[in-house]
Amino acid sequence: MLSRVANSLYWMNRYLERAENTARLIESQLHMLLDLPTMRQDPNAWKPLVDITGDYQYFSENYKGYSRENVMFFHTFDRNYPHSIISCLTAARENARSVREIIPSEMWENINNLYLTIVEPGSIQDAAKTPYKFYLNIKMACHLITGIAYSTMSHGEAWNFSELGRLLERADKTSRILDVKYFIILPRIDYVGSSLDSVQWTALLKSTSSLEMYRKRFNLISSKNIVDFLVFDREFPRSIRYCIYHAERAFFNISGTPFGVYDNDLARQFGKLTGKLNYSHIDEVMAVGVHQFLDEIQSDLNQVSSVIHDNFFAIKSVAEINQSGVQIQ
Amino acid sequence: MNFDTYDPENFFDEFFTETGKPRPEVEKLVARINSFGKSDLATRRKSANAAFKQMGITFGVYGDNQGLEKIFPFDIIPRIVNARDWDFIERGVKQRVHALNLFIQDIYNDQKIIKDGVLSREFILSSVAYRKECEGLNPPKNIWCHVSGIDLVRDRDGQFYVLEDNLRCPSGVSYVLGNRRVMKQTWPAVFEALPIRPIDDYAGRLAETLRHLIPESILKPNIGILTPGIYNSAYFEHSFLAQQMGEELVEGQDLVVMDDVVYMRTTKGFERIHVIYRRIDDEFLDPTVFNPDSLLGVPGIMKSYRKGKVAMANAPGAGIADDKAIYSFVPEIIKYYTGEDAILPNVPTYVCEDAKQRQHVIDNIENFVVKTAHGSGGYGMLIGPFSTKKEQKDMINNILREPRNYIGQPVIQLSRVPVIVKDHFEGRHVDLRPYVLYGKDIYVLPGGLTRVALKKNSLVVNSSQGGGSKDTWVLEQDMIKTNNRLTDV
Repeated sequence: MLSRVANSLYWMNRYLERAENTARLIESQLHMLLDLPTMRQDPNAWKPLVDITGDYQYFSENYKGYSRENVMFFHTFDRNYPHSIISCLTAARENARSVREIIPSEMWENINNLYLTIVEPGSIQDAAKTPYKFYLNIKMACHLITGIAYSTMSHGEAWNFSELGRLLERADKTSRILDVKYFIILPRIDYVGSSLDSVQWTALLKSTSSLEMYRKRFNLISSKNIVDFLVFDREFPRSIRYCIYHAERAFFNISGTPFGVYDNDLARQFGKLTGKLNYSHIDEVMAVGVHQFLDEIQSDLNQVSSVIHDNFFAIKSVAEINQSGVQIQ
Repeated sequence: MNFDTYDPENFFDEFFTETGKPRPEVEKLVARINSFGKSDLATRRKSANAAFKQMGITFGVYGDNQGLEKIFPFDIIPRIVNARDWDFIERGVKQRVHALNLFIQDIYNDQKIIKDGVLSREFILSSVAYRKECEGLNPPKNIWCHVSGIDLVRDRDGQFYVLEDNLRCPSGVSYVLGNRRVMKQTWPAVFEALPIRPIDDYAGRLAETLRHLIPESILKPNIGILTPGIYNSAYFEHSFLAQQMGEELVEGQDLVVMDDVVYMRTTKGFERIHVIYRRIDDEFLDPTVFNPDSLLGVPGIMKSYRKGKVAMANAPGAGIADDKAIYSFVPEIIKYYTGEDAILPNVPTYVCEDAKQRQHVIDNIENFVVKTAHGSGGYGMLIGPFSTKKEQKDMINNILREPRNYIGQPVIQLSRVPVIVKDHFEGRHVDLRPYVLYGKDIYVLPGGLTRVALKKNSLVVNSSQGGGSKDTWVLEQDMIKTNNRLTDV
């Protein structure tokens, strides 16, 4: 497979996953605030959604206050912000366009459709008027695209590069959401055990689509169990461990080396990361601190991404050349 | 909406000889449309447009800030060519492409046509499409123009003329295939009732044409379509053809020449490529030979090509045969190489290089179309009857400055086909570009691209100048009156 094509597939999927996660995050925030009338009055209620991105500097330079409108616009329609849904979908579509002949036509058509829906002039009003429907549609369109790929694309090299991109992005997003939300929710001792507390934890689970699956495993909401679930669960497809394990499988499928043979740089990077997830226990994580543990995971993920780039896509891809600059990690 | 009041006016109309009198080949379609309820046609039109948008069948317009891609405007009323006309077109186009290929081979090698005094050496060498770098070159199987598009027009009397030849990667065939796909959804019952020749196998035939260029001993050849990238106006087509053929779509940056062999950069290292269907102009192909500033091309590819390590379609240098000044000599060229008279006539063409012809063009400029000898896309042309005095004066200055670069043609009153305008039909001018593949033999795709000038009275059909397209139906055999009625959808 052409390096450029592999690169585009990888990034197309990363961007789609990123857009979906953002849509989910906003959706769960909206739901949470419906249950928290007092918090609705709080001018900083939407601030965590900016903190998650790590781009508060950009936000504070370009927006006045953390109003719902501002934060939603920032995450959804801000073309100058490279992680906004509209920027992600534009980049995903550019990448898809450059590999149209590789991906199933239906997949391209749906990516194109999703993009066209967002760039339509009326979509800003739609998001303001019926936000639940608006973000749900984005989420469902992303699921549809992933589903089309899953069931109509040969599970060969192109597919494995797609998986690699999607799963690494998802692991990154889960770790970020957990990191920020945990930090915000936890210190307010007075809330522990209160309904407010459980509403917020529930929202955290919802923002990673994991509430129902979590309940099946742990029933009761507890911060430790939530961390355990989102980091270490073997079976839940958005847990960090699940994502890394399957990303590693995709990598071994691409490289053709037998699973578990760590004879190159990327394999070793993956090995370290899976090792950390396989051989750590939730109690140890709680002991060193959730934030520190997640920080390490994130820096390992960045390391893996950069080695993937060096190994497979030494040449630049389409979206890198265009005016929006480099592809954003 | 119906055709009851449709007026063909004083033009050759492809549908009606006079109001209410359809030609036999369109009778069934006209009857069908006349039977429609009020909103039926509008609904079909809407769903056809939605299908185009979703499929992303687009083209790019240069110098337009309004976003990068546009949907190619499409009219759901097809253009129908009867079997007798098609037979004539097909024979004429085959003859023409066959002769042009012999001409290119001759020009870059023995130059017999010059030695025999049919064309002057200076005239040929002064063409900007002439590639000195191709002298002495013998491409595989001596084929130069593997893919060509011959633009045809019909004058007031219904006679077909060749308006121009396109031998440098003509684009548009993806619209032909896309149009057909949408039209089959739009008019299923009409398709069932008419013997319309299929065009689906174009991609397969193109792949065979390319495969023909390499020895059969290479069992799994790598074939690539070389595109300038997603910002090129025809990118959709490049990617579409690659997908349909199941071959690799490559950009210049994906290719590298080592020891005169061309390789693709892959995730598993370098892999040899055997045939390149290049959709990049000669000038950008190889910065070491042509334009040194080109970032689109592949350094060293021409050397590899000359050594026979990679095949290219169309061959570099093939553009010499579609220089619009050389075009005026194509009837002589056909006669010279095949001994036959040209089946399809040229539009009378005045070469401004020649003093007498130039004067004629300048004296009658308000009745002439003036074009540059090697432009395309309708850029920089003048249409006498629709131009201002100032535009005419500017053009005359251009001609006097660079006479070799201009030709003049009397205005042809292109034939018309009805299009939907709001709630009724109006006639609009059309041309026809059949696509020709030169492989083991010469194949003409039945139909081709019908471009239509959507602006009222306009004679310019180029997509970059507000033109649209129509699906072109070629009938397998001509209609005999029957009592068959069209069934409902």
